[in-house]
Amino acid sequence: MKLFEYESKSLAQNLGINTPRGGLASTPDEARDIHKRIGGEVVVKAQVLVAGRGKAGGIKFGSKPDETRDRASEILSMTIKGEKVKKVLVEQKLAIKKELFGSIVLDRVNKCQTILASDHGGIDIEEVASKSPEKILRHRLDPVFGMRGFDARQVALKLGYGGQRLNALTDLLANLYRLSVIYDAELVESNPLVETSDGKFVAADLRVIVDDNSLFRHPEFQERSKEASAEVTPLEAKARENGLAFVELDGDIGIMGNGAGLVMATLDMVNHYGGKPANFCDVGGGADAEHVATALQIIQGDQKVHKIFINILAGITRCDEVAKGIVEVKKVVGLKKPLVVRMQGTNFDEGKRILDSAGITTLEKMDEAAQLVTSAKVA
Amino acid sequence: MTLLVGKQTRAIVQGITGNQGSFHTRLMREYGTQIVAGVTPGKGGTNTQGVSVYDTVAAALERTDANASIIFVPAPFAKEAGMEAIDAGLNPVVIITEMIPARDSMVLMAYAKEHGATIIGPNTPGVITPGEAKLGIMPGDVFSLGGVGVASRSGTLTYEIASYLTRAGIGQSTCLGIGGDPITGLNFVDVLKMFRDDKSTDAVVLIGEIGGSAEEDAADFIEDTKYAKPVAAYVAGRAAPPGKRMGHAGAIITGTEGTADAKMKRFREVGVRVAEVPSELPRLLQQQKAATIQQ
Repeated sequence: MKLFEYESKSLAQNLGINTPRGGLASTPDEARDIHKRIGGEVVVKAQVLVAGRGKAGGIKFGSKPDETRDRASEILSMTIKGEKVKKVLVEQKLAIKKELFGSIVLDRVNKCQTILASDHGGIDIEEVASKSPEKILRHRLDPVFGMRGFDARQVALKLGYGGQRLNALTDLLANLYRLSVIYDAELVESNPLVETSDGKFVAADLRVIVDDNSLFRHPEFQERSKEASAEVTPLEAKARENGLAFVELDGDIGIMGNGAGLVMATLDMVNHYGGKPANFCDVGGGADAEHVATALQIIQGDQKVHKIFINILAGITRCDEVAKGIVEVKKVVGLKKPLVVRMQGTNFDEGKRILDSAGITTLEKMDEAAQLVTSAKVA
Repeated sequence: MTLLVGKQTRAIVQGITGNQGSFHTRLMREYGTQIVAGVTPGKGGTNTQGVSVYDTVAAALERTDANASIIFVPAPFAKEAGMEAIDAGLNPVVIITEMIPARDSMVLMAYAKEHGATIIGPNTPGVITPGEAKLGIMPGDVFSLGGVGVASRSGTLTYEIASYLTRAGIGQSTCLGIGGDPITGLNFVDVLKMFRDDKSTDAVVLIGEIGGSAEEDAADFIEDTKYAKPVAAYVAGRAAPPGKRMGHAGAIITGTEGTADAKMKRFREVGVRVAEVPSELPRLLQQQKAATIQQ
């Protein structure tokens, strides 16, 4: 679960991490009032979960409160990469000496957390990472003991700091790590991490992504995780409430299957034969008739879906349960779109019999079914 | 010799009294796996599917000579269940449980490494040596005994591909799911090493998917070591949009990293034949074998 910048910073402030003075505004007038309160020049930043807001025009400056109100008004009317801006963060403009990059990431390959840091921070860090990877320091942390003081100190030293500044940067990195532990974050990233002209280190931006699988032990995020996120479409939200792994796509063939890998392969195969999938929908292992019926209703309720492909390789899942779910939908609300069903495995004969008697054809081979559903025969 | 599981395996089922645990205990026994004990805290002294249940792994080992474990316990308890199995010297430890916090997996894998234990999973269908034994939830009947080692990041897709191989008369030596999570006990490189040293394996199939760099690392390893056995692959998720988690916790394209196309390209660069659709794999594998023999 991605946190907004303002949420990330509020967690960071509790741990003593320096962040710019400022406040959160939902209206242009609130933005102006915050500017009046903090004085000086300010930066107005769109609060969105998608990356790349700077390049999209979601960060603007204000030298007077009225100007800040106008800039906030512009940003609050923006939609950045499909995400509507609802709030802006108004913060004091820092006196920047240098822009660094500092993050604590979950390192899949090394099965540990790793510090990534660079003295080439700022908006082009992705380009730095791809063109001059040597400019990004990587320091692995022990998976059990975590970050020791010397881990952070070694990084600060390699970034070229000494004396008080070395200690200050060490403390900040250690606190970013503490944040990752306390909140089970798979990513804590400050970019830019600003060295100010008076020798302080400030997390000018902060991104935190909490590990979804850890949410059960974080009651503090319980309400937040239920909120409809801008990252999730209404259809996805509905499907997920019903226990389905669901991603909306922009094609017209609705897809349902069991198992993430098989569903991904189903999308690929539909693409391969010239079709366009409308969604990814994994009913999971051992889905019963009711679960299948729910998934089918959600998919056929999607306006852009013109036909539906159900692909089941039954192991723990049983073909007869899947068939019952389909027939249930046919009886109760009717099948509103042409349907191709492929099933194989556990209780296939019974499943096929149930579908046959409801007049629904079942194919046994995935390739044949994918070719059929993408052909003009099904329309 | 059989890799990881076989006739010699005597397994404990941790979480045996749950729905999945008891259901799959029955199926594993029907397939021929020796299940010698079950563990569920608070249910010691009872019996599930004809298997005696103990409160701890240590207690089970006082009465049995178990040498492996399969874990079905819920995610919040999976890390400690894994450590308990490792502590008792069980090896391998198969973790079926999904949705385990990444931090827990990280600590568990470090513990396993320190003790020299092999972890399969988490979020895996398990491991099967066709015709001998399975520690997992896969349907036994799609597999057949032969010489192809199969390693995968997915469950049902593995069954799909195993059934293509079986129908084409290509049997398998060992099939295992490394797991769909970001952090798993084994990666493709570990499995390539095992298959390289396994006399009953003469070719390898890797079933990858979007996210992370397990496939690229495998390709590097194949290139660097001039891997002697033929390898064919399929990578799921070409149609997946960036930034969306496709069912598995580990299946997400971040930035431009982890795309299926990049993984397929890297595999092809090192001579691995890559299937466009899963059903092509048997044919590719046969071509690959023929080419290797000619060399």
